[in-house]
Amino acid sequence: MMHIDLADHYRRGSSRLHTLDPRVKVLATLLFIFVATILPPGAWLSYALLFGATLAAAWGSRLGVTYALRRSFVALPFALAAITLPFTVRGEPLTQIAGLTVSVEGALRFVSVMVKSWVSVQAAILMAVTTAFPDLLWALRELRVPRPLVSIISFMYRYLFVLADESLRLQRARAARSAEGADPRRSGGGLVWRGQVAGGMVGNLALRAFERSERIYNAMLARGFQGELKTLASPVMTDTDRYALAGWVTFLAMTALIGFVFA
Amino acid sequence: MLFKPVQLHIPDGFLSTPVSIVGWVLLVAAVAYALRQTRGQLGDKQIPLMGVLAAFIFAAQAINFPVAGGTSGHLLGGALAAIIMGPWAAVLIMTSVIAIQALIFQDGGLLVMGWNILNMGVLTAFTGYFVYALMRRLLGEGRNSLLAAGAVGAWLSVMVGAIATAIQLAVSGTSPLGIALPAMAGVHALIGLGEAIITVGALAFIYATRRDLLGIGEAAPGKASAGWVGVGLAIALVVAAFSFAASPDPDGLERVAEDTGFLERALDPVYNLFPDYTLPFISDPLISGILAVVLGTLIVFGATFLIARVQGRKAETS
Repeated sequence: MMHIDLADHYRRGSSRLHTLDPRVKVLATLLFIFVATILPPGAWLSYALLFGATLAAAWGSRLGVTYALRRSFVALPFALAAITLPFTVRGEPLTQIAGLTVSVEGALRFVSVMVKSWVSVQAAILMAVTTAFPDLLWALRELRVPRPLVSIISFMYRYLFVLADESLRLQRARAARSAEGADPRRSGGGLVWRGQVAGGMVGNLALRAFERSERIYNAMLARGFQGELKTLASPVMTDTDRYALAGWVTFLAMTALIGFVFA
Repeated sequence: MLFKPVQLHIPDGFLSTPVSIVGWVLLVAAVAYALRQTRGQLGDKQIPLMGVLAAFIFAAQAINFPVAGGTSGHLLGGALAAIIMGPWAAVLIMTSVIAIQALIFQDGGLLVMGWNILNMGVLTAFTGYFVYALMRRLLGEGRNSLLAAGAVGAWLSVMVGAIATAIQLAVSGTSPLGIALPAMAGVHALIGLGEAIITVGALAFIYATRRDLLGIGEAAPGKASAGWVGVGLAIALVVAAFSFAASPDPDGLERVAEDTGFLERALDPVYNLFPDYTLPFISDPLISGILAVVLGTLIVFGATFLIARVQGRKAETS
C-alpha cells in the first residue's frame, strides 16, 4: 500500500502535448533549456518569448495556462548562489544596500540567471507532467542512452515507492519509540545519538534493499531472465510529431537569434 | 516536504553552456566505464541490484534527524554506496538517483545534470571510497577502523562535492570564487558531519548484522583504477576551471587568481598545449574555446584512463 504522495507528477490526459512522441518532448525540452542557458544576460525579448512558449505549452497540455508557473518555484532557494552578483560585478552604481554598492551590470546578470532558471524549470515540469515515466525512459533509450543504465533506472523507479514506504515505516517506528514530544529538540537523546539512530535506520534499509534485490533476481531467473530486459512495441513517430519538432526548433533558433542581435 | 532536495542540486541557468557541456562529456565517459566495470563485477545481477540499491539511496535520503534550529541532518549517500558496493557501482546508483530527481521532481536541472551527477555521485563516490580504502589499509581490520574510515570518507566526500560545485558556479560567472568557495565549504563542513554520522551508523549496523556484505565493496574491481580516475577527475576539473579563467570576463576565479598571482604559473603547461585557449583552425573564439576545453579535458581523462589500464594489467599479471 502506498502511504505517501511522492508519486509521479504525471497527470493523465489526452491533450496534444500528452500525445506527442516522448522523444520529441525530451528533445524539445533539452533544446529549450539549451537556448535559455546560452542567451546573453539582458535579452529580455527572448526571455519573454521563451516564457510565452511555456505558457502556450501549458495551455496545450489542457492543465491550465498557469499550471507549470505555479509549480516553478522549486529552484528558488538556489538563488542564494547568485545573490552576490549585484554586489561583485563591477559597473555603473545603481543603488546602495547596507553600505554595499549594487551595480547595474550585476543586477542585470542576477535577474537574467533567475529568469533563465525559472523558464527552464517550467519546461522540465511540463515534460514531466505530460509524459508517463515509462514513456520517458523509452524515449531515453531511443535517444541512445545506454540500455543497461535505462534498465537500472526503470528498476529503480519500480521499487522507489516500495523502499520509500519502508523508509516511512522506519521513521514511524522511530517516532513511536523515541518519545517524540511537542518540542522536537527536547526528545530522543543527544545529537550524536539521534544521528546514529538515523544511521542505523539507513543500514537497516540497506539490508532490506539488498535482500529484496536477491529475491527479485531469483524471481527474474525463474521467469527466464537472460540478462536483457525485453520491451514492448513502441510508438511510431508521426508527421505531426515531426512538424511539431521542426516548428519548435525554428522558434528556438529565432529566439536565440533575437537574443543575440537585440541584447 | 518529506523528500526535500539536498543543497547541491544546481538548477538550469546557473551554469554557463560550455561548463554544462564539459560536465556531460565527463559524465558520459564515467558512466560508460562504470557500466562495463559493474557488468564484470555483477553479471546478470547488475540491473536488479543496482536498480534496487538506487531506490534505497533515494529512500535513505529521506531519513533525517533533527539538529538545532529547525534544520536536519541527512544523507547524500555517494560515499556509503561506494563503501558498500565499490566506486563504479556507486557511480551507477547515484546517476540513477540524481537523474530521477531531475526528471520527475525537478530537483536539479537537465542541462546541468552532468555536473550534478559528477558532484554528488561520481566525486562523492570516488572520494569516499578512496579515503575509506586508504584508511582501512593504514588502520587495519576491525570495527573502529571501519567506522573511522567511513566517517572521514563520508565527510570529505561532501566537502569535495561542495567545493566542485563552488568552482563550477565561479567558472560560470554566477558567483565569485572568493565568496562561493568559503560559503559552500563552510556550510557543507557542517552538513558533512550529518553525512558522516549517518554513514557511520549505517556501517555499524551492517557490520553487526551482515558483515559479509562489506566484503563486496572491498573486492570490487578497479581498486587501482578508482584511485587513478579519482585523481584524473580532479585534474580534469581543474583544467576545465582554469580554461575559463582565460575568458575576457573579469569575474570570479580570474580575479582571485590575479590577486594571488598563481594564474600564470598554473596555466603555463596548459597554454603550451592550446595557445590562448583557442584552436587555430576555427575562427569563432567562443566555439573554439569550448572545443579546446572539451579536448583538453578529454586528453586528461584519456591519459588517466590509459594509465589506469596499464596499472590494472600490471596488477593482474603480478
